[in-house]
Amino acid sequence: MIDFGFTPFAAGVTDLDKANLSLAKQITEHEPSFNLCISCGSCSATCTAGQFTKFSFRVMCHQIRKGNTTLAIEEASKCMLCGKCTLICPRNVNTRNIIRLVRKAQTTTP
Amino acid sequence: MTKTVAIIGGGVAGLETAKQLNSLGYSVKLFEKSNTLGGHVAKWDRLFPNKRHASEVVSSLTLSQGNTQTLVGTTVSSIKRQHGNFIISANSNNHEADAVVLATGFELFPAEKKEEYGYGLFENVITSADLEQMFIKHGKPAMASGHKPVRIAFIHCVGSRDEKVNRPYCSKVCCVTAVKQAIEVKEAIPNCEVFCFYMDLRMFGPGYEDLYKEAQSKGVTFIRGRLSESSEIEGGRVQIKAEDTLASTPLKMSVDIVVLMVGMSPQLDTSKLAADLGLSLNADGFIAATDLHTNPTETTTKGVFVTGACTGPNNITDTVNAAKATALDVHNYLSR
Amino acid sequence: MKLEGKRKIWNEYQKEIADDKYFYVRSCIRQAVFPGSENTYLRIMRDVLKKDVHESAHHTTCTGIGYHTEVVPFETIQTVVARNFALMREAGYENYTPSCVTSFGIYTEVLDTWHHFPEERKRTAEYLKKATQRDFQEPGNMAHTSDIIYKFRHQIAEKSKYKLINKATGLPLKVVDHIGCHYAKMFPAKGIGGAEHPHVLAGLIEAFGGEVIDYPERRHCCGFGFRQYFIKANRGYSIAASKKKFESMEPYQPDLILTNCPGCNFFMDRWQYALAEMEGKTYDTKGNGIPVLAYEELAGLMLGFDPWEMGLQMHQVGIETLMDKIGIPYNLNEKYKGAKGEDLGVPESPRNINFYK
Repeated sequence: MIDFGFTPFAAGVTDLDKANLSLAKQITEHEPSFNLCISCGSCSATCTAGQFTKFSFRVMCHQIRKGNTTLAIEEASKCMLCGKCTLICPRNVNTRNIIRLVRKAQTTTP
Repeated sequence: MTKTVAIIGGGVAGLETAKQLNSLGYSVKLFEKSNTLGGHVAKWDRLFPNKRHASEVVSSLTLSQGNTQTLVGTTVSSIKRQHGNFIISANSNNHEADAVVLATGFELFPAEKKEEYGYGLFENVITSADLEQMFIKHGKPAMASGHKPVRIAFIHCVGSRDEKVNRPYCSKVCCVTAVKQAIEVKEAIPNCEVFCFYMDLRMFGPGYEDLYKEAQSKGVTFIRGRLSESSEIEGGRVQIKAEDTLASTPLKMSVDIVVLMVGMSPQLDTSKLAADLGLSLNADGFIAATDLHTNPTETTTKGVFVTGACTGPNNITDTVNAAKATALDVHNYLSR
Repeated sequence: MKLEGKRKIWNEYQKEIADDKYFYVRSCIRQAVFPGSENTYLRIMRDVLKKDVHESAHHTTCTGIGYHTEVVPFETIQTVVARNFALMREAGYENYTPSCVTSFGIYTEVLDTWHHFPEERKRTAEYLKKATQRDFQEPGNMAHTSDIIYKFRHQIAEKSKYKLINKATGLPLKVVDHIGCHYAKMFPAKGIGGAEHPHVLAGLIEAFGGEVIDYPERRHCCGFGFRQYFIKANRGYSIAASKKKFESMEPYQPDLILTNCPGCNFFMDRWQYALAEMEGKTYDTKGNGIPVLAYEELAGLMLGFDPWEMGLQMHQVGIETLMDKIGIPYNLNEKYKGAKGEDLGVPESPRNINFYK
């Protein structure tokens, strides 16, 4: 191969034909309220961990739905499981259980 | 002597107005250009928010008409004022009336105007109205090839909130219609993946938000972003692109059927009649009433009233309420 | 695909194109990279269609590339455009026909600016007068040269020796069209067929008997993008755009990519070579790459012009595969001879894309 001094940029597009949505399916199965999010941001606004890190529960869920599992698992480690997001969620999403399921995936994902 | 009211349009608005004026003892002539009554609702399978059959609503309205003289297949070509009365020309006959109610409704946004979406070009790009016909005829959607779809995308706001096609307003009912249809697809074909591409979900009516939550529970995926373009791929499937605005990344996927949620557009024929009668149109091209808040049925021309979706996008409940209000205002005017 | 739907759109977006007496302005990129291409256009216009096409040796670049890379200010480009228009009127012509799609976009944009902001036109007229003592007038008609070939496509097809038909199978060849972004995306009404589903090249493919292939990324930019290519650090961005297109058209296995913009003709051709050498992949099945031609090169080939006289050896992806499919004879010994028959030398062979068939 020849080195031209540049290579094609990798695509930054979410391709739902190729995305691996196995974690999203797994979470929905065990915690159906995962689907009920309306992206209002209450969880992130009240989040203890979000005050000190870039953690956002809303974004993490979104990453899972788009197949960015590795990123989501990394994010979930920032949660302190304080429970404020569960308290505030207007759709009654069981946020605590979702974090638990993501962390479980961390230990079972190779 | 019994006074006569001419109602132009035999959809929900016209039928309800006719029914009320009839029971108040007026002689009512209902003009409908197509051969059937019920307007767009008659072409719909089931209604939001309770999935009731649309035919029930239409037959309830048509069966309670009493002495209304319904003239189907009758196109009104002009309306003229003469000595405080109105001369309505329709199918080369003249009819006289003491008051006129415009209940001409709307037309569906012509989806082919959004060239980038490929309606009329790609066989598996259909409209919400086409999907209702599929539900009526087969109980479920099918690809043009007859194959069962395993992935369907609903595109909200087609011909609504879009200045590029001169439709800057919200058509109100398409959000909840998409959610209703998404659920119906899930019920008819449980393993079919369903996606809704929306900008805002305007769930303003009773039971609408419940419907949204039901769709979420049934696994409908909501993606916040407007479609940028669609392209046909192998097998007649469709590749679509949008931004996933919540993730701030472009997104693409292929689906078997794209359903365009077409909005409500002003009727071209209505604009002509409005010009005949000296009525003014609002910024969106619908007929303007004299006072948006306190007098939504009267127009600047005495004896001419408006009701239903010819004044702007509306759902059935609000249209029926408007029709009742219009009937009362017509009655007050004629008994003055 | 419902063809009648496309025909409806094509009928909606038609424009007036002059019949004869054209003032022709060249393209910087086309002249430099595919020098035989513009010559082919002039041969078709003058020798085949017997049209009056005038060129002025005094015309300059439109400075579009400089403008789009933020080097040339808007005032300057308007004045340069006005000067070229002045040259046309001085020569007694009023139908302006640029060979470059970037230029076509520039001229359209400047004309539109003058229409909406007459003060810009007035100032440009003053600058032109001061700088060159010239006065100018807008063209009576302006069309891109691909519009001109489109207008006469049936006449050209009638006089053609070949068709876009596979000689061995009798089936139409599969052709993808790639329209330069500045042809219609800025001003859809100025493009034949509009911006979403242009007909300007599809019509040519149909006239020559080929099959138009619509692929998902047809509307995507070739990736030239001016600054994106000219600055080396951004070049990976440019080539990624072309790669996206090749990946998208690959399942359809097109026999030819047809372009109307000189930049696109260049990048759709050269990036196939670069991608082959970088990643070891070509997007046909035989390691030859997919041939790329401009509308005028295709028309010349169909009319039976000698491929090497047209300069088709300047293409990185060999055109031989296409000529073999159609059954166009060519002499490989002549491929690298100059105009006077002198030996120009054979270029070094690339490693990952076949040089010859």
